[in-house]
Amino acid sequence: MTDMTESRGAWVEQIMGMPISVHLRGPQVPGERPEAVERVFDELRRVDRIFSTHRADSQISQLADGLRDLSDCDQQVTEVLALCDTARELTEGWFDALLPTGDGALRLDPTGLVKGWAVERAVAALAEDWPGDYYVNAGGDLALGSRSGQPWRVGIEDPQTGGVLAVVPLATGGIATSGTAHRGEHILLPSTGAPATELRSITVVGPSLLWADVFATAAFARGATGVAWVHELAGYEALAVGRDGTRTLTDGMRAILEAPQTV
Amino acid sequence: MRRITIAVVGTIAALVLLFSYRTSLGGSARTPPAAIAGTGSGGGTSADSTAGGSATPPTSVGTAGSGTVQGSAADTRWGVVQVEVTVQGGKITGVRALRVPDGNGRDQEINSYAVPILVQETLQAQSAKIDAVSGATVTSDGYATSLQAALDKVGK
Repeated sequence: MTDMTESRGAWVEQIMGMPISVHLRGPQVPGERPEAVERVFDELRRVDRIFSTHRADSQISQLADGLRDLSDCDQQVTEVLALCDTARELTEGWFDALLPTGDGALRLDPTGLVKGWAVERAVAALAEDWPGDYYVNAGGDLALGSRSGQPWRVGIEDPQTGGVLAVVPLATGGIATSGTAHRGEHILLPSTGAPATELRSITVVGPSLLWADVFATAAFARGATGVAWVHELAGYEALAVGRDGTRTLTDGMRAILEAPQTV
Repeated sequence: MRRITIAVVGTIAALVLLFSYRTSLGGSARTPPAAIAGTGSGGGTSADSTAGGSATPPTSVGTAGSGTVQGSAADTRWGVVQVEVTVQGGKITGVRALRVPDGNGRDQEINSYAVPILVQETLQAQSAKIDAVSGATVTSDGYATSLQAALDKVGK
C-alpha cells in the first residue's frame, strides 16, 4: 500500500519571472512549508537581486551599463561569467552571454545560464537539508534527487498539443526544455540576432541542470542538427520536435523514455 | 482519513506542475468559464504567495477528503488570480477560476484560453501518473499559487 513512503509536499513561488516549485517526497513531509524549502526560495531571490536584467540596480545591470566594475561585484558574478565563457566554448559559440540588442550592439545577459546555475546550487543545499527525495522545477526546467532510488516520472511537454509527449523516469540530474511554445521566439541566433525557428522544442537530460539547460538552448538555436550535436556530448541526451512535428531523439534518450505514444 | 489525505496530497506535485507549465495561448478555442466574466472586484487581496495563507475559509470540507475549497488570492503581474478546487473521495473533480485579471486585452486573451486549459489539464493529470513536467514555460504562477493553497486546505 502506498503509505508513509508516498508522503509528498509541493510549494511554489514566482521568482526570476517564472513559477518555481519545490517538491519533496519521503516518509515525513511536513504540512507546513519546511525551512529547507524556505531556504531554496530565499537563495533564488538573493541570486535574482544580483543577476536580474530587469532590475536596473542589480549588479549585472550595472556591470552591463558600465556603472560598476567586476571587482565591485559579488564573487558569484565572476563565477557565472566564467561559466558563460565555458558554455560558449562547449557550444562552439551557440550559447553566448553577449546578446544582440537590436541596434547592432551586444549586451551582457547571462540569464540563460543563471537560472540553471542558481537552481542547481539551491537543490544541492536542499539535498543537505532534506533526507528524502526532492526536485525543483523552475519554469519547466528541473533539478532532481532521489535518496529512495525511486525515480521521479517527468513528462516532456508536447509543444504542439500541450499534452505529455513522453515520460522520462529520472532519479537524479537535470532536465531542461527550450522552445517557443509559451515564450515565443526568444532564442536568437548568435550569428545574426534573428530568432531560431527550426525546432518547436528540444529537451535535454543529463547529470547537471546547468548544462542540460545550456545545451538545450544551444541545440535549439542550432535547429535541425541540434539533436545530433547533443548526441556527441557525453552524458547528455535529447529529444526534439521540429517545426513540422518531426520528432528526433538520441539513442540514449530512446532507451530511457516511456512514451505514451510512439516517439 | 490518513490514506485519503495522502491521496490528495499525492496529486499536488503533478497538479502544481501542470498549473505551472500550462499557460499556453495555443490551440484551444474553448469559451471561457463564466467566472471570467466577473470583474474580480478586487479590494484587499493579500499577495501571500506561500501556500495556505488565505483568510478565505473553505466553503465546505466534508469527511473523506471531499468538498470545495478556495485557494488564496494570489497577486500576479497580470492581476489577482484565485481558483476553487472540488474534491470528492480524495480526487479532484473540478477546478474553477474564481478570479482572473481583466486589466487589458492581452490579459483577457490569456485568461480565456488559459483557464479552460488549466482546468482540463488538472483533471487529466490525475490519471497521468507523472510527478513533473518539463516544458518551455512561461508563467501560470497565479493559478499555481492559488491552487496550491486550495489543495493544502483539502489535505489538512
